[in-house]
Amino acid sequence: MDIDKRQFLKILGISSALWVGSRFAGGISSLFGIGDKFDTKALADAGFEISKTLPDPKALTAKQWAIAIDIRQFKTADDYKKCIMVCDKIHNIPDISTKQDIKWIWEEPYNAAFPEQHNNYMGGQLKDKPVILMCNQCEFPPCVRVCPTGATFKRQDGIVMMDYHRCIGCRYCMAGCPYGSRSFNFQDPRPFLKKIDPEYPTRTKGVVEKCDFCAERLDKGLMPACVEASNGAMVFGDLRDPGSDIRKILSSNFSIRRKPELGTQPNVFYLI
Amino acid sequence: MIEKAFNGSKKYWIWLIFLAALLGFCFHFYLIQLNEGLKITGMSRNVSWGLYIAQFTYLVGVAASAVMLVIPYYLHHYKAFSRMMILGEFMAIAAVTMCMLFIFVDLGQPMRVMNVILYPQLHSVMFWDMTVLSGYLVLNLLIGWTTLEAERKDVAPPSWVKPLIYLSVVWAISIHTVTAFLYAGLPGRPYWLSAIMAARFLAGAFCSGPAILLLLVFLVQKFVKYRVGEESIQALSKIVAYAMSANVFFLLLEIFTAFYSHIPDDTDVFRYLFVGLDGNTSLVPAMWVSAGLAIVSLAILIPPQLRNNKKLLTVALIALVVSTWIDKGFSLIAAGFVPNPFGRVTTYLPTFPEIMIVLGVYTIGLLILTILWKVAVSVKEKTAA
Ligand code: SF4
Ligand code: SF4
Repeated sequence: MDIDKRQFLKILGISSALWVGSRFAGGISSLFGIGDKFDTKALADAGFEISKTLPDPKALTAKQWAIAIDIRQFKTADDYKKCIMVCDKIHNIPDISTKQDIKWIWEEPYNAAFPEQHNNYMGGQLKDKPVILMCNQCEFPPCVRVCPTGATFKRQDGIVMMDYHRCIGCRYCMAGCPYGSRSFNFQDPRPFLKKIDPEYPTRTKGVVEKCDFCAERLDKGLMPACVEASNGAMVFGDLRDPGSDIRKILSSNFSIRRKPELGTQPNVFYLI
Repeated sequence: MIEKAFNGSKKYWIWLIFLAALLGFCFHFYLIQLNEGLKITGMSRNVSWGLYIAQFTYLVGVAASAVMLVIPYYLHHYKAFSRMMILGEFMAIAAVTMCMLFIFVDLGQPMRVMNVILYPQLHSVMFWDMTVLSGYLVLNLLIGWTTLEAERKDVAPPSWVKPLIYLSVVWAISIHTVTAFLYAGLPGRPYWLSAIMAARFLAGAFCSGPAILLLLVFLVQKFVKYRVGEESIQALSKIVAYAMSANVFFLLLEIFTAFYSHIPDDTDVFRYLFVGLDGNTSLVPAMWVSAGLAIVSLAILIPPQLRNNKKLLTVALIALVVSTWIDKGFSLIAAGFVPNPFGRVTTYLPTFPEIMIVLGVYTIGLLILTILWKVAVSVKEKTAA
């Protein structure tokens, strides 16, 4: 196709205006928590070619992924351990025992996980019972709002992801996350790995990481590893699909979420 | 004009060489950090910002404080500041440069710093902070340099400088407001989540910045013939007195709201700071020193008889700088992460390499300041003669 200089300039003008415009609109709307989805349809209408890479037909898709954790079903220490260990193993999470440690999924006593629910007269059983914690994949994630590079971003299916190659390690997201879900690689993590799983990238020093609901497994049609290991104590599904398992469980059980008053809309639910 | 930086007395050169040597020593620690990562600092998963970000915050205030000279001089034509003006503007340049360096040394992946510009995120306050800080640097360079150049040639400064000066007033307020927004907009950090944060920052800035300026002026006057004039010193110390009173007042407002409402999220951090929380008292002594020095400084600054006594004034200014530094240059950040989302306290103490890197950045600031002030004082002495 031949395009003369005027046409070229026109296209250049339109595309840069579109780029700036979409950045700005996205920026401003997400500033107020309205969400910033990249509008591929508008771009296609404007004559842009949209990537034709097809996802794996087996891939699991959803509008908003969520996990419900039934803490009543966690009884022995082993019930917790198997969920946590499988994640550590497949995601190459280093075993660092200082205050500069890395964790994606871990346990805390009920009291610490839900500090605002605390009362002094609660039965010891629940008060000190460990609860599984992980990133809540918040619907309005403060970590994404504050990140200056877009290294942490929200996918169409609601998962809050990390781009380890774009992160500058400013740790603004760690200050922003009200759930302590994020870890920073204060040092090269590789010497702290007993075995490296080649299926998942190891990280370099100086970047932040966190749980991403096993996005890499979903893309292959697999459930998150912790859910799979939990023997039904954790239920994973699409919150926007009224027929999904997770919706059924949530409608028939009492559930709570961590710090709902902050307006982040956490997507990890706890049945107690 | 820059040639003025190259012909100085022996003392001037010795000082520069000393600073360069110190910088070399400190730079060595930055290389270690570059190699091993931020592991060499005292920061942790729970307290993920420390001394670097705290210095950044403190120095944004110092930079913004130049406006305390600009407003009286340019907006109210208060001529007594004419001999101080350029020193304040040049100090702002050194301060902003240090701010940027403190952000830089805090990065885990400094080589990727350009990502902030390559992938601008308009919803990130850090993007805006970077924008306003670089703008402020350019503004002060332009204004400071052209007005001084004009003075040297004994002509009026070009007319385009005036609008820039007015812009710099708003801009100075904006750099510290945006810096406060970095913290004040985070949902899970009760100590920072406060609408008065920006006002408190500005009040703290408008006392500590001019206080540092005055102390530096006193020091420099020991070595050069140049004098800024008694009247300007008295006027500026009056400004310091008012701003410090506002600063302390704002802090008391925070304490009232926290304790009268009795909301644990808000009281916990003040308990941690002043009496200790869960047996952790690591910041308590420093906080009481800060409070004590704040009282000392106000006791001297408020009564004019005491304030106008040069010796006492120096004591008051030193007390004020130390007090505000403990508050804003250290505990504001360390305590912002306490208690953590699980109600626990994590102690943060900077390590030796971390302190050396901080010293290194301050050394760069001092180098810039020395050279800029040398130029300014040489030009001023020449035109006065
Ligand atoms: S839990 Fe924290 S890291 Fe996860 S999405 Fe929410 S704010 Fe971000
Ligand atoms: S540390 Fe990385 S992911 Fe977090 S805010 Fe900074 S650039 Fe974004």
